[in-house]
Amino acid sequence: MHIDSIKNGIVLDHIKAGKAMELYRVLELNKLECSVAVLMNVPSQKMGRKDMIKIAEDYEVDLGILGYIDPGITVNIIRDGELVEKHTVDLPEKITGYLKCNNPRCITTTEQELQQVFKLANRETATYRCIYGEAEHK
Amino acid sequence: MRSLFDIVELSTAELDSLIATANDMMANPAKYAHVADGKKLATLFFEPSTRTRLSFEAAMMELGGNVLGFSEAQSSSASKGESVADTARVVSCYADIIAMRHPKEGAPLVAAMNATVPVINAGDGGHNHPTQTLADLLTISREKGRLDNLTVGFCGDLKFGRTVHSLIHAMVRYPNVKFVLVAPTELQVPDYVKKDVLLANNVEFVETTDLMEVIGDMDILYMTRVQHERFFNEEEYLRLRDSYILTPEKLKTAKPDLCIMHPLPRVNEISTAIDKDPRACYFKQVENGKFMRAALIMMLLGLEAK
Repeated sequence: MHIDSIKNGIVLDHIKAGKAMELYRVLELNKLECSVAVLMNVPSQKMGRKDMIKIAEDYEVDLGILGYIDPGITVNIIRDGELVEKHTVDLPEKITGYLKCNNPRCITTTEQELQQVFKLANRETATYRCIYGEAEHK
Repeated sequence: MRSLFDIVELSTAELDSLIATANDMMANPAKYAHVADGKKLATLFFEPSTRTRLSFEAAMMELGGNVLGFSEAQSSSASKGESVADTARVVSCYADIIAMRHPKEGAPLVAAMNATVPVINAGDGGHNHPTQTLADLLTISREKGRLDNLTVGFCGDLKFGRTVHSLIHAMVRYPNVKFVLVAPTELQVPDYVKKDVLLANNVEFVETTDLMEVIGDMDILYMTRVQHERFFNEEEYLRLRDSYILTPEKLKTAKPDLCIMHPLPRVNEISTAIDKDPRACYFKQVENGKFMRAALIMMLLGLEAK
């Protein structure tokens, strides 16, 4: 299978096999007007199998969300067919508007316009807590 | 501008300073009688808590300030659907400082994110109640003369008891403090408190279901009520309600200088026969709470006694 290289845009590489569609949904890539290629189960020397996403235009990617979903991802920025930037991602200190607090006593359950914000409480266990009632995200 | 949501936001030096101010205020009330002249405290109580509200109001009055507010959500704009954020913005136009009690966890933080005056968390659901912990710390400090080298026992509902979690959080910073946790299996201290607070700070603690086995080791015995409002299941509440009741007989093996505390209101966890025992400190806690709240109001408003 052959997918053309992109001239300008972003390549999300080293995505854990099977995670690409989740990223596609979370990053709302369906709303972009450019070409987006989702490659799944691609052979990889490093990972055995991996997923990749190629986005054929400049796109401000939320590195925090990427880090939360899969901290192993590499983000490659391509300009004029050349790799100009390469980022690795890590668990973000704060996640805004992605996780939802399940604590029935949390203020976010009654004031639904409030933005859901979680803070990293323990990096080793990847534990996040809601900033309002400090309930752990499960 | 600073607010207070959780006791852990206060440094040890700040706690020492608040305790010193409260002690000085108790000894020299006249010195503080006009410290907050012209200042207004708004008590926004979205759920009833007469004791805490009156304590805040009395504290402000001790400082010469004025108070305004409401004592339940029904008498506020919340009953019309106003958000906490909007209430906080509006009240900031009227008052210099806000004390907020709310049944939902995190509501005081939302208020502070929108208010232009300091916000004090006066209890948010089962989450935090830092001024109760301030009252507890002053009580221990006054009764024992120290906050270190103590064996602190907790008994009752240690799962939902936010005062228990907050006091544990506050006291792990002092050297050689040990904890004895007495509760029915279903109401033991949650794992995250054990893991993130006790174990993370290498603090010695014992868990047991038998009060009599450990009461003789304690310098402090902090009794708590099994709170009806924290249970979703009525049957479970009724089964656990009477788990531990402190009676004069149970105190026979306790230390003669034990300090018995309770955040109040009491239902039946402490027999009224103990009220006259010199070891009963729970009504002193109430008075201490007022002075610590006054000291906190001074700190957050940047006020000093002359």
